[in-house]
Amino acid sequence: MEIGKRQPSSPSAVPPAEAAADAGPPPEEVAQWEGLEQTTEFRQLVQARFRFVLPATIFFLVYYFLLPLLNGLAPGFMRTDVIGHVNIAYLFALSQFVMAWTLAYLYIRKATKVFDPLAEKVRARAARGRGGAS
Amino acid sequence: MNLTLALFLIVVGITLGITAWAARRARTTVQFWAAGRGIKGWQNGLAISGDYMSAASFLGIAGLIAFNGYDGFMYSVGWLVAYLTVLFLIAEPMRNTGKYTLADVLSYRMSPIPVRSAAAFSTVAVSASYMMAQMIGAGSLIKILIPSLDSALKPWFNWTILGTKLDPSITVVGLLMMIYVIAGGMVATTWVQIVKAVMLMSGAVLLSFLVLLHFGFNFGSFFDAIAHVKDSATKLNFTQPGILYKYGQKQVFGIDLALLDNISLGMALILGTAGLPHILMRFFTVPDAKAARQSVVWAMGLIGSFYIMTTFLGFGAATLVGKAQICATVAKGCKPNSNLAAPRLAEYLGTQFFGTTGGEFLLAFIAAVAFATILAVVAGLTLAASGAFSHDFYVNVIRTHILHGHVSDQEQVLVARITAGLVGFLSIWLAARVGATANAAALVAGVAFVIASAANLPAILFTLFWKRFNTWGAVASLVGGTVLTIWLVAIGPGWTLPAVAHPAFPLQNVGIVSIPIGFALAILGTYLGELAKADRLAERKFHEIDVRAQTGIGAEPVPVGG
Repeated sequence: MEIGKRQPSSPSAVPPAEAAADAGPPPEEVAQWEGLEQTTEFRQLVQARFRFVLPATIFFLVYYFLLPLLNGLAPGFMRTDVIGHVNIAYLFALSQFVMAWTLAYLYIRKATKVFDPLAEKVRARAARGRGGAS
Repeated sequence: MNLTLALFLIVVGITLGITAWAARRARTTVQFWAAGRGIKGWQNGLAISGDYMSAASFLGIAGLIAFNGYDGFMYSVGWLVAYLTVLFLIAEPMRNTGKYTLADVLSYRMSPIPVRSAAAFSTVAVSASYMMAQMIGAGSLIKILIPSLDSALKPWFNWTILGTKLDPSITVVGLLMMIYVIAGGMVATTWVQIVKAVMLMSGAVLLSFLVLLHFGFNFGSFFDAIAHVKDSATKLNFTQPGILYKYGQKQVFGIDLALLDNISLGMALILGTAGLPHILMRFFTVPDAKAARQSVVWAMGLIGSFYIMTTFLGFGAATLVGKAQICATVAKGCKPNSNLAAPRLAEYLGTQFFGTTGGEFLLAFIAAVAFATILAVVAGLTLAASGAFSHDFYVNVIRTHILHGHVSDQEQVLVARITAGLVGFLSIWLAARVGATANAAALVAGVAFVIASAANLPAILFTLFWKRFNTWGAVASLVGGTVLTIWLVAIGPGWTLPAVAHPAFPLQNVGIVSIPIGFALAILGTYLGELAKADRLAERKFHEIDVRAQTGIGAEPVPVGG
């Protein structure tokens, strides 16, 4: 059984598309994907992603919605001039750009250093599994 | 021949040249829909920017800031932060599990017939409303910016189809986008978007530079000048929030209406981008997930820099030109039109620094940039909408799953070209028909982004990350989210002109209601589907999509010979 094929290439009389629609993937293929899902490497990958993406997402959502909320609820504060006529509202809006770029940079760094090597390990394991099965 | 017309013809010439070159690289299905997956990360980043920064964001935001000061900037912020959702959750899994369209990912573990049909429906709804706004905007822009072109076109495109008189400018934009897409598919569309992104960025950099030069690169005196511009109704100066969103005036359910509207807009902006089919489609054009990730970062750099510059353009137009002078023909008592803030600013700065000819040239250049902007966006939309019709509905639902046939590569590309033509004609006709009655600005801001976030986003996220999600849930959010959004917008304020005094739904931006309901429908549908034991495959196939989305095992390869 080959992992990574779009359609199960089981030798049967029905055309592949029909087989996929009616019967779904054969149990041994499901088992193979499930097996990969339970490897330590894959779990580490999912956990690493989750540990970065969840807090980062919560952070940027909160940070973003603070801007309209403060503009609406504390207009006096937001209209305070900081440097000349540059006020808190404008600086906070500009800081959203810095925030977005910084998070993007941190994500890329994490992805290159942590996610990619882990994903590579899972792919290597899948390839070994395929070699062993045939 | 005048300058504007000449620059306009240069844009048309360059893009048609690209299309001729691309036509030889758009023969197979994977070339037509995904540019052979050979677009590099940075190129795709440019193309995403070109696909995303519409005339609404270039002329629209500059105009909003020029007329309302700070509050117009809210759009800019939301449209950049939106890309964090795309980067963290969507881009890489999309590339890893998808083929050509959004529906490929959504139908992966579901029953293909209902889910593909529902996804095709929501894709067409998003793309059509986005397209309408772009086309209507294009029509009125060309009339104002290049009046000589519109009158030159009139005798050639004076067509009436089914009782609707076509708009010559809209027809030309529509025909051009059809040529790009039909002849050059994704390859031509990508490069038209890249050229447009470069033009748009150069235009924005040039204008921002001249604005700052005018103030001697002294931000202090620039902001002093902005603070001297006052809004007559609220008495606020233009650096202060509260002019567009009039806080503290009306309330619904004890909450400030303007605040709700602003938050509702923000929700649609930052969640909607991750569900726009024409943007998601771009991730299938790169070789792998890593390139998809890089392309988002490139796009964020470009889009962010551009949106920061919108403040220079908008505030520049507010201080240097002034609201009263921002109108179609500069004359006493003219009717201000916010879309013309950037063009009028260009004219002013050109005249100041390079004399009268300079002013004319800069105005012509900005008009050409606006025109290229519209062309690139509508080409991307046409591709997404025709993908829904031909790849999702015709090839996969009808031919493969209902008729159980095999569809050859040649047939797929042929059908793709035919549907692109149909989509093009339909949008030209609809834009001419709808143009006069609907509020185009409300269409784009209200509908496309909200449908994308209420219908598509829950379906995408749950398909990728929720094991129990099934066919019923996917169809519920795709169809329910779309229908609900359109209905709420239709009964709310701002859809029809003139605006209704007491609309049945108080908010112009409906996202705050329809996005949570879209997610709720996805969950509710899933549990009902479980009760009905309708779909036992979805959960079993989750293991596969889970592994593939995270690791890229079995992702669509780059075809040999590109």
